[in-house]
Amino acid sequence: MSSDDGRPRLAVVGAGPAGLAAALAAAGQGVRVMVIDSAEAPGGQFYRQPAAGLGARRPQALHHQWRTWRRLREGLDRHIAAGLVTHRPDHHVWCVEQRPEGPLSSLGSRRFTVHALRGPAQEDPVEVRADAVLLATGGYEKVLPFPGWTLPGVVTAGGAQAMLKGGLVVSGRTAVVAGTGPLLLPVATGLAAAGVTVAALVESADPKALVRRAGALAGRADKLAEGAGYAVELLRRRVRTLVRHTVVEAHGTDRLEAVTVAELDAGGRVRPGSERRIRCDTLAVGHGMLPHTDLAEALGCRVEPDGTRVWVDDEQRTDVPGAWAAGEITGIGGAALSLAEGHIAGRSAGARLQGREPVPDEWAAAAKSRGELREFLGVLDTVYVPPAHWVDQVTDDTVVCRCEEVTAGAVRVAVAELGAGDVRTVKLLTRAGMGWCQGRMCGPAVAGIAGCAEAVSRRPFARPVPLGVLARAGETAGKPGKPRENEDADDIP
Amino acid sequence: MNPLELADAAPGPAFAVTLDGRELAALPGQTVGAALWAAGVTSWRTTRGESRPRGIFCGIGVCFDCLVTVNDRPNQRACLVPLRPGDAIRTQEGTGHEL
Repeated sequence: MSSDDGRPRLAVVGAGPAGLAAALAAAGQGVRVMVIDSAEAPGGQFYRQPAAGLGARRPQALHHQWRTWRRLREGLDRHIAAGLVTHRPDHHVWCVEQRPEGPLSSLGSRRFTVHALRGPAQEDPVEVRADAVLLATGGYEKVLPFPGWTLPGVVTAGGAQAMLKGGLVVSGRTAVVAGTGPLLLPVATGLAAAGVTVAALVESADPKALVRRAGALAGRADKLAEGAGYAVELLRRRVRTLVRHTVVEAHGTDRLEAVTVAELDAGGRVRPGSERRIRCDTLAVGHGMLPHTDLAEALGCRVEPDGTRVWVDDEQRTDVPGAWAAGEITGIGGAALSLAEGHIAGRSAGARLQGREPVPDEWAAAAKSRGELREFLGVLDTVYVPPAHWVDQVTDDTVVCRCEEVTAGAVRVAVAELGAGDVRTVKLLTRAGMGWCQGRMCGPAVAGIAGCAEAVSRRPFARPVPLGVLARAGETAGKPGKPRENEDADDIP
Repeated sequence: MNPLELADAAPGPAFAVTLDGRELAALPGQTVGAALWAAGVTSWRTTRGESRPRGIFCGIGVCFDCLVTVNDRPNQRACLVPLRPGDAIRTQEGTGHEL
């Protein structure tokens, strides 16, 4: 439904780089935008801000590309002051649906209802109606299992960073940062800057492989310089970097005490006899990122079969009319790519919602950046892959599904003895992926151990929803039993 | 250098909360998980099956490993829930529902 002044309304889900860039671009075209985000403050994971009560006077010490953040933040404030953008923090979206009836939007398509839960308890329902939606839901970290990975003190690399950026805390004194991917660098330098002794950065890939692809990387000298900057900082902080190494085990009884790392041969197998033990109380580990595609998938958007990206066209439109997508959910690519995609998506949505055909020339710079970054990241993706034989290191008694405590042995029995031939059957036989996190943590691990292809996880709701909320969802405003403070049609002011 | 110094933080006055009856200091804005980490505590739950200790894992609300009981409400994500003065945090055993 259009707002009182007749301007069409766009709901942006997510206030990270993609969502904010999109909101600013769409508002700049004159549409009303509501940015709905789960965090208390805008920024997403990349620009996660210290909690306001902590009074951080130098938050930029925890961040990179701070100037970009300032620009986003100032733009957001300006549009909020002008009344074009509304920011709804602490709103946890569990479903976006296209309304089956009612008047059509200015796009000529079905309008949308965004269902969210408000507050940290996530029990207070809110419904937001909009002419169009722009999904910028970001991603989360992929971690492959190894013996001891459930010990307290073992955290995801991004988790260590999120706790540092948001809570100004670290989980110990001595850390090992391990896994694969560009994220490990800022995590290691960030922990070191915060006073943690980083005993080693353990990267399973060999970044020298990037040199062989230098041609494809040359277009993004800025990204290469960024990587070089981290390398200098690691040296300055005397962080030992072990490439083509992997953590094979985390040790401890009730808490992490040490890790064993080992060298990998050219084929991605652990080189026997190369194991060594490193004492640490924190292991920050990650093997890449996964996108939050649940909302898009439930809305009916086309998702690539392996679940790694929502399909979009050159304007960042999904195949559902009225639904745009930008950032990590259209393929993991980091903040710079998210900004470019968000800008394009916002320009496109802003123009189309007002009945104008967008002019791609207006976002030529962003499109160029998007193209270059996608190419650059395509190369990175071929280098930063987990060790080819990581499954060999996962002993039968290693818990794979952290929620349901399903071991690798149980997954193997399901395949070898019970005849499971796909991840869904493994799940039904073992309960792997049926717990609280709904397989977000164990999905790639279960597929790898079972030897099956990864599949799109169908999660009709993106987060746990109280049954009472579910029973009342979609009731029209004004009827008895409507959600408290249903923000309904007037929600995007 | 610690994280508070790194960010040049000037937090509001610390306040008291409890973990299993023991008093801890928390800073305004800190989540349950952040305050527990600051106090040197890294686990506050035992699993339903094997009674294994767990704490923060993903740190962003996705993995549900850091579940904890706060003011008698079980299954709160410690990495998301902000603390208020006087909050009673309890180690959660299993589902958090059995006595």
